[in-house]
Amino acid sequence: MSKKITIEPVTRVEGHGKVTIHLDDNNQVEQSRLHIVEFRGFERFVQGRPYWEAPVLVQRLCGICPVSHHLAAAKALDVIVGAGTGDGLTPTGDKMRRLMHYGQMFQSHVLHFFHLASPDLLFGIDGDPALRNVVGIAIKHKELAVQAVMMRKYGQEIIKATAGKKIHGTGAIPGGINKHLTQAEKDYLLNGDDPMNIDKMIDWSLGALEFFKGYHAQNKDLIDKFAAFPSSHVSLVRKDGAMDLYHGVLRGVDSEGNKVLNDVDYQDYLQYIDEEVKSWSYMKFPYLRSIGKKDGWYRVGPLARMNTCDFIPSPLAQKEFEIFQAYTNGKPNGMSMHMHWARLIEILHSAEMMKELLNDPDLMSGELTVTGTKGREGVGLLEAPRGTLFHHYRINNDDQIEMANLIVSTTNNNTPMNTAVNLAAKQFMNGQTEITEGMMNAVEVAIRAYDPCLSCATHALGKMPLEAIILDANGKELDRKLKNG
Amino acid sequence: MSKPIIATTSLAGCFGCHMSLLDIDERILDLIELVEFNKSPIDDIKTFTKQCDIGIIEGGCCNSENVHVLKDFRKNCKTLVVIGECAIMGGLPAMRNNNAPISECLEEAYLNCVSVQANEEKIIPNDEELPMILDRVYPCHEIVKIDYFLPGCAPRADLIWNALVALVTGNEMDLPYEVIKFD
Repeated sequence: MSKKITIEPVTRVEGHGKVTIHLDDNNQVEQSRLHIVEFRGFERFVQGRPYWEAPVLVQRLCGICPVSHHLAAAKALDVIVGAGTGDGLTPTGDKMRRLMHYGQMFQSHVLHFFHLASPDLLFGIDGDPALRNVVGIAIKHKELAVQAVMMRKYGQEIIKATAGKKIHGTGAIPGGINKHLTQAEKDYLLNGDDPMNIDKMIDWSLGALEFFKGYHAQNKDLIDKFAAFPSSHVSLVRKDGAMDLYHGVLRGVDSEGNKVLNDVDYQDYLQYIDEEVKSWSYMKFPYLRSIGKKDGWYRVGPLARMNTCDFIPSPLAQKEFEIFQAYTNGKPNGMSMHMHWARLIEILHSAEMMKELLNDPDLMSGELTVTGTKGREGVGLLEAPRGTLFHHYRINNDDQIEMANLIVSTTNNNTPMNTAVNLAAKQFMNGQTEITEGMMNAVEVAIRAYDPCLSCATHALGKMPLEAIILDANGKELDRKLKNG
Repeated sequence: MSKPIIATTSLAGCFGCHMSLLDIDERILDLIELVEFNKSPIDDIKTFTKQCDIGIIEGGCCNSENVHVLKDFRKNCKTLVVIGECAIMGGLPAMRNNNAPISECLEEAYLNCVSVQANEEKIIPNDEELPMILDRVYPCHEIVKIDYFLPGCAPRADLIWNALVALVTGNEMDLPYEVIKFD
């Protein structure tokens, strides 16, 4: 007797989503889908707004990484106001934005790893759902919970110092930034009372990596085999191949490490990237045009960045990167759960970069903005916590937005997440007559590894919650289970 | 006495209000002592397992699923608190109410989009698994009765904290001018 399983809402992810899994007569997974069920319509309703509103309007796609949208929009508008394509700002403008971005990367990765994903590791995929959450962490692993809370707070304080407020700030403007860092802010962030200072954050970042590596050694099967699959990987890298989360050229590698995007200028992204529309999800399916719809999909995010860059330009993170690379003998790493490992290396890198920037005198004085010859169209890309984020705007003679196109990080990961869901469903459900809560959570663990931001993904009108509906081969509903049963 | 029970949800919002709730920082550990959590995106409780004392709602209603969840919250929570501009008046997503009919929004995203170059069949997502999109974005109070409104985009963490503690302890709310921002 065949069945359909629906998991709704998907929880401990940002935003709303739903999974459907069809099992055939022999209880084998026949089809699985991650649906993005909300649509908002940003591309259309920002039309007609003055272009300088874009960085504050469009960041309201997402309250988890608003800084990413804020800065990607500002970068696209830099091009429009004639301030260059990512390298034309004043040192102050460039570095303040970078500090804001590293603060964002730090807090978002911490939120994901500690608050949302770590309960699966600490309590087990099939652990007691009543405990398997951040409250359970606070009760059972208080010290870890305190670190999580304080690390996130630190990142948010960096954002407040650079953007004016913690959520939906206003720091970046076309052509630069609107404030300097003050001495008081600098002192607080560099040498605040324990634990609110940068050295403690670097310490704790190293500690989190040690924790993960210890867990990995004890749980190799889960971390190495769960939802692992080969794929291409795409991210920005600095011109010399270094990891750069704020600006660079687009690089793609295939599962063997061959370049499929050869450090190209992202202003021309339309030559390389296209998106497929499928009727069952509001989220589109991007792919590399050179490879085609079927096989051109790729992964973005922390794992992809480890696979594309040649080195990390900060010493402690570089050391960890070498260990990470050595694990797969320098070949691209396709293990979904290694996304957590990669994320922790980026937490460390962000902390190191924040320390370097906080000591930089350019943040405290110097010109804030530049202007140049105005154009009509601009593209802004950066590496958001979840991966490469594309913003593209065109304006008319009255300075109104005429066209807006967004490809958000999570959209880039659409096919990979569906692949991971399918693998997890097959691994845990094939041949099972009874579907348990733990099996359904396994599917969510696969999604969670990608840290999907379904809030962002639904910009087009949107929503992602987990309920499993079980249908027979004729589509008749046999059973419906909610995660908490 | 048992702990007050809290449920939270994000409808057509951006999760920024939930993030602002997390911005109470260290006090989150006190909150965990003070209350019990039920249905919420931060845990794995997908449907209400008991009557709750306080329901916290972020975001307005842009589709049938939002309306369903909101009504479910009204039914299962004694007190409903909406947080942020989207829940209170539709917020940014409600910009489509003025100048962008839903059909145009869908066409812009899936048919006219510059990075959708090969949608020959002119597919616009439409599947029984996708909830119905509403004609416009509705604020929560147009759908159900709301007891408290906390403004801001996002409401400041101190505002959420002060209001929540007052509700949980039964004291009067202490909401000084400085913590209330309308942005």
